[in-house]
Amino acid sequence: MEAQTHVSPQIEKAVKKRITGAEAIIKCLLAEDADLVYGYPGGAIMPVYDELYKFQNEIQHILARHEQGAIHAAQGFARTSGKVGVALATSGPGATNLVTGIADAQIDSTPLVCITGQVGSHLLGSDAFQETDIVGISTPVTKWNHQVTKAADIPEVLAKAFYIAKSGRPGPVLIDITKDAQFGELDFEYKKCKGIRSYKPVPTTDPDSLVKAAQLINEAKKPFIVFGQGVILGKAEKIFKDFVEKTGIPAAWTILGASALSTKHPLNVGMVGMHGNYGPNKLTNECDLLIAVGMRFDDRVTGNLEMYAKQAKVIHFEIDPAEIDKNVKADVAVLGDVRKTLAQLYPLIQANEHDEWLQQFRAYDTIEFEKVIKNELYPQKEGLSMGEVLRGINRETKGDAIIVSDVGQHQMIACRYAEFTKSRSNVTSGGLGTMGFALPAAIGAKMGAPQREVVAIIGDGGYQMTIQELGTIFQTKTPVKIVVLNNSFLGMVRQWQQLFFDKRYASTEMINPDFVTIAKGYDIKARKVTKREELDTAINEMIASKEAYFLEVCVEKENNVFPMIPTGASVSDVRLS
Amino acid sequence: MKKENYTISVYTENNIGLLNRISAIFLKRHINLDSLTTSVSEIKDVFRFTIVVQITEDQVKKLVKQIEKQIEVIKAYYHKDDETIYQETALFKIASKLLFEERQIQNVIKENNAHIVTVTPEFFVIEKTGRRGEVEVLHEELKPYGLMQFVRSGRISVSKNKMHISNMLENFALAE
Repeated sequence: MEAQTHVSPQIEKAVKKRITGAEAIIKCLLAEDADLVYGYPGGAIMPVYDELYKFQNEIQHILARHEQGAIHAAQGFARTSGKVGVALATSGPGATNLVTGIADAQIDSTPLVCITGQVGSHLLGSDAFQETDIVGISTPVTKWNHQVTKAADIPEVLAKAFYIAKSGRPGPVLIDITKDAQFGELDFEYKKCKGIRSYKPVPTTDPDSLVKAAQLINEAKKPFIVFGQGVILGKAEKIFKDFVEKTGIPAAWTILGASALSTKHPLNVGMVGMHGNYGPNKLTNECDLLIAVGMRFDDRVTGNLEMYAKQAKVIHFEIDPAEIDKNVKADVAVLGDVRKTLAQLYPLIQANEHDEWLQQFRAYDTIEFEKVIKNELYPQKEGLSMGEVLRGINRETKGDAIIVSDVGQHQMIACRYAEFTKSRSNVTSGGLGTMGFALPAAIGAKMGAPQREVVAIIGDGGYQMTIQELGTIFQTKTPVKIVVLNNSFLGMVRQWQQLFFDKRYASTEMINPDFVTIAKGYDIKARKVTKREELDTAINEMIASKEAYFLEVCVEKENNVFPMIPTGASVSDVRLS
Repeated sequence: MKKENYTISVYTENNIGLLNRISAIFLKRHINLDSLTTSVSEIKDVFRFTIVVQITEDQVKKLVKQIEKQIEVIKAYYHKDDETIYQETALFKIASKLLFEERQIQNVIKENNAHIVTVTPEFFVIEKTGRRGEVEVLHEELKPYGLMQFVRSGRISVSKNKMHISNMLENFALAE
């Protein structure tokens, strides 16, 4: 019979598409345009690595030296490229080593998909070799997570994973896949996820809220904008700048909002928060309208909430309804994607200028310059300051570089003094404060924006938490520039010990190795600077280098970062010394 | 702000890890659950968590938002006691010989509107459904006779006002 002489097109298609779960994972990644992944192999993820070998022309895998390095690199990649970062790890310790990066991505809203191998489903719950309940462990620090035990479920679950990671307020997703699901076969068909009925990524904007917001903005005498990473995540830089310029309102940024508006913009009045600028902190408590745009009133931004902007009306532009009234009560909440809500607001607001009010910020700038900035950028003392290193980097990069910072004093100095002329230029661990973040994140940051200069600014403490990632730089020949600001102390903790613990320097002094020799061991060009007269040429040489470059600068050991809002104090009690 | 009883009703997809995810929200904020009950709901394939907590209204508002933020949560509501109809169920296991030796137990059962659900030669089991206070009264009255086992369920409750879950799900289906 004729019917037996040819296979129906459906059956033929199905036969052709029968592949293993592991191959399906690779095909899902490719379908999501994730052709660069970071990871570390191990027993329970080996079938996936076997497919990575077969697909090495289509998908690039970056072998880190530790799973924490892999995930921080994926974060750096996501932060500079705007794409979803992907990290792979094996079960057990491989998976648990991802947890710090997952928590970091959760609190800093970074889109990640982490794929972990898991023991075979028949072994689940038997305390098998390298078995750990990573779904249980990662639950509180993921936007979503899921365990897959059947090959057939892989395409749908990974499609959901990418959709959830990047939609709405982005975040990390972890998918745990048992080894038998990787070996098992399925009929592969990939459909991108377009919606989940229980999940509304972008809340509906109430048109009334826009009218009320516009009215408050038009009537305000001393309005003040504080913007966060929402502007960057929403790709709203252009409309945000238009909004600032039309209204003439002074705008300050949170640490994660840095670079959403050029630091050279005349209405950019600096950073808010614990080590932010004097004017924006002081005047938070004098403005009559506080306009929060894509930020979440972190305690490091607000200081004591009981004394935070109590005199002001508050408008909160936000994509995550759970952030409304969480820390600061909003008089008007404008829910939605800030790129859209600002565009809708724009025609409702009047063109305005607030020169007198802006001058108040500039007056505080003058005080801050005299008391703090001058000494940091142009120190008279013999010892080098962290600020003058940043000044040199600004000069050589013209504010065009991506600055990746670690956590501590150097981070605050980098964020305070780096010039940012382009968006997505400040990559730092803001919410979690993860020491060890910068070196691996810089690798990913460079891969996410290969045309841009990437300079990692790291302290001598944090550097040694992930120093093994020099191996990744060596192997991948990633041309990142690494600056270690070495004060032989865990400087920020030491500063607090000095100010609040009567100088009892408990376990903060570091006896450090020869960092230059270590870098050279990885065949990375390296130089150490101890004197001011060597600094400029060293920075020039570093930025001019086409390859990776390591620069250690020995700075003054006991310098402090000011201004500072002590814990429990009000933003307006910001100290200059 | 004063602490009160709040009943949180959470409509969810049926997912294996969701209980963990929801309880983690309370754990992170050091809030103790008075009770937690999971069950099916009036809608096919939609599950329902009924959680009772004693906190301030400010806290419960924030908690509900955090719960709703979870991907597989369809919607969460909170209600004060007077906005819901609620019940708990308790079971008391008692030695059968007491039923004959201590005849007043039968009066206690009757007066408290409790029921005997089973009797065996060794033990019998009383079921009492009602508000917490009613169950506690019965518990106090039966305790002197000696209880072999006692167990009380979490609260189940329905709200007096509508919770528009079906509409939400229909809207999603239409949008697809």
